[in-house]
Amino acid sequence: MAARTFPLGGVHPPDQKHLSAAKPVEPAPLPDLLVVPLSQHIGAPARPVVKKGDRVLAGQAIGEAVGFVSVPVHAPTSGKVLRVEPAPHPLGPPQPAVVIEPDGEDRWADDLEPPTDPHGADPDEIRQRIQAAGIVGMGGATFPTHVKLSPPPEVKIDTVILNGVECEPYLTADHRLMLEEPDRILAGLRVILSVFGLDKGYIGIEENKPDAIELLGRKAREQGFAEVVPLAVKYPQGAEKQLIKAITGREVPSGQLPMAVGAVVQNVGTAAAIWDAVSAGRPLVERITTVTGEGVAEPRNLRVRIGTPVRHLIELAGGLRGEPGKLILGGPMMGIAHHDPDVPAVKGTSGVLLLPRDRVRTAPEGPCIRCGRCVDACPMGLAPTILRTLIAHEMVAEADEWNALDCIECGSCSFVCPAAIPLVQAIRYAKGRVMARRRKGG
Amino acid sequence: MNVTSGQGGMRWARAERSETIHDLRFTDLEHTAGNATSAIGFLNVRKPNDPKWILSSSPHVFQGDTTARIMWQVVAALTPAAVWGVYAFGWRAAWVIGWCVAGAAAAESGALRLRGRPNALADGSAVLTGLLLGMNLPATSPWWMALLGGGVATGLGKQVFGGLGQNPFNPALVARVFLLISFPVSMTNWAVPGGALADAVTAATPLGAAKTAVATHGALGDALAGIPWWKLFVGLQPGSLGEVSELLLLVGAAYLLWKRIIPWDIPAAFLGTLVLVTGAAWLGAPTKVVPPWFHLVTGGAVLGACYMATDMVTSPLTARGRWAFGVGCGLLTAVIRLWGGYPEGVSFAILLMNATVPLIDRFTKPRKFGWVPEAKGAAS
Repeated sequence: MAARTFPLGGVHPPDQKHLSAAKPVEPAPLPDLLVVPLSQHIGAPARPVVKKGDRVLAGQAIGEAVGFVSVPVHAPTSGKVLRVEPAPHPLGPPQPAVVIEPDGEDRWADDLEPPTDPHGADPDEIRQRIQAAGIVGMGGATFPTHVKLSPPPEVKIDTVILNGVECEPYLTADHRLMLEEPDRILAGLRVILSVFGLDKGYIGIEENKPDAIELLGRKAREQGFAEVVPLAVKYPQGAEKQLIKAITGREVPSGQLPMAVGAVVQNVGTAAAIWDAVSAGRPLVERITTVTGEGVAEPRNLRVRIGTPVRHLIELAGGLRGEPGKLILGGPMMGIAHHDPDVPAVKGTSGVLLLPRDRVRTAPEGPCIRCGRCVDACPMGLAPTILRTLIAHEMVAEADEWNALDCIECGSCSFVCPAAIPLVQAIRYAKGRVMARRRKGG
Repeated sequence: MNVTSGQGGMRWARAERSETIHDLRFTDLEHTAGNATSAIGFLNVRKPNDPKWILSSSPHVFQGDTTARIMWQVVAALTPAAVWGVYAFGWRAAWVIGWCVAGAAAAESGALRLRGRPNALADGSAVLTGLLLGMNLPATSPWWMALLGGGVATGLGKQVFGGLGQNPFNPALVARVFLLISFPVSMTNWAVPGGALADAVTAATPLGAAKTAVATHGALGDALAGIPWWKLFVGLQPGSLGEVSELLLLVGAAYLLWKRIIPWDIPAAFLGTLVLVTGAAWLGAPTKVVPPWFHLVTGGAVLGACYMATDMVTSPLTARGRWAFGVGCGLLTAVIRLWGGYPEGVSFAILLMNATVPLIDRFTKPRKFGWVPEAKGAAS
């Protein structure tokens, strides 16, 4: 049987994972300074609870959650707070951050909550621990995990899926995690299953990672509560709705969340972090980040403390190679290009990608020749070129009719466009305009 | 930093690379904070030794196909059939193509210059239009007609609408129909293939001969007698200089299909409908109607279905739309050939269907992922 996949659209970018796939995860030495943003999640930024001059211990909360859709932020190591002020942020404009000078001793706070029996724990306690540990979706979306695990009482969750697809080219962080720490992932899955009272979950992995499929598949069979589902290599296979469709055949209705079809999806890294939080009370202060690309000397997979400036990670990967082109946080399809290497790696930073100048396309945008490739590539069944034409003329109501808000910004349309039209950028703009119009009730 | 603004308020920024790079030592934040004057402290301080990274919206990798590569590949795919035209009808066929391309290129360049736009001949679209027009003309066409047609194609057929991507009608067909109506005698002066002999002999096309026979005698009679099907298929028949060799046109089309430059659904729907409709008519009146397999290999059916109806700019965006468009083209071609005044209807059929494309696009909006019927309370 052919591997499962999603039905509409999709593209096949060269995956370039060979640059780092065989490199075991190594711990990144501490940098001179850590820049820990108070907003590393979707929702209200954490409120700082430390001030300039304070000494902090690793794992100590330095920012507290503000409301339900928010998570705390923890000191990634021990040291001194230099200042709390706006700093470079991976999502764009500077945002408040706690700047910590590590003392090099990496002493851990001893007031962490003691471990409980994760399998006997009450779901509410599990959710509380997950929130207290500052856990967010580590695939890049950074939605607070405890919120995803808290569906309204009328919603019945019957399917839990771990996302080990890693469909972004270049990135190998999840791949290495699956190979090196499969037991943490499976234990995390078991905790998630217990929250919903389920006895079986799925792990979706693309077929370009046969070793991970084999290893996790064997362990899953042994332990009996998980099934590894090999998926066809097609971008964006790891997009939440596409993954649910591939594994369950259910289609999340437009404008709704996966819970509408009884599904919850968590990244494999998030599952591992959940296990740490629930079993050891360990907050999320580090993650695996792939530092890769043809623009860096020695691509690596690094275990990185949150707040480590990208500049430090580039040094650890042997420095730049070739003429610098782009510095991207995330993968090449959805990652964000940066101009400042002082930007820190945060909870959602799955990769730091460096592209040399000769791999950066700077072709000017040409006229649309209506080839329709963007329409064929769109996994959401949209017509990107029409949306772009509409919004170029500020036809916001029409852009809404043509489903601008359904765009997941996966980049497949821009990837295939022979006229080099920045379609995703146009549609992103259209989404903002449509939402503004809807708020006004227009 | 260079800020370029695009259409409709969309903007993006691109930082140009500086010449000095490679100093990746961590900047001393204390030091730079002291220098900073802005409210956000060290953040705005320039680090002159850092490379200037290029900024743009995601994605950052691309498939690599370009408009120019698409156009030139279509030109390449047409070349075997065009060369056959030269072989069959002599050097004057090359002459006709050359003047068409020259006219199309000159009008394109001139219009772009008048519009203050950069020259775009390198994108291949004007050359392709000229080549297609040339292949749609009789080899006996006078040079000035070919030149005029080329100019009409890119000038009136394309640039007046705003250039590449903006024209509602296939530019080569606009010019062909313009010439057909303006110079009907020259446009139906069909040479008989055969090298040196070609200069002397002209004859009706098989479709023309059949139409005349039916009109005058009420039956096909022996209008098609003695014409083996294979001869038509390989290109030994009178007709437009580039349309006669269905064999070589199909070879080129197969290449374009393989490269995914043309979709398979438009040619399939077009030719399938043509065969079905003419086949039904033939079954009803076999003595008056040309059999469907002759419809396929004579006239411009294959050239039109594979290279003109598949013109990206003037065909629908979605698969469902392309089917509707192809069926419409086949149906109109059959209707004109069977019951119209002209023996051939491919040009008119495609142009008429071109006019419906905006409507087809509107009614074949793709079904979005997660669509639920209105009754369940979701938005469209």
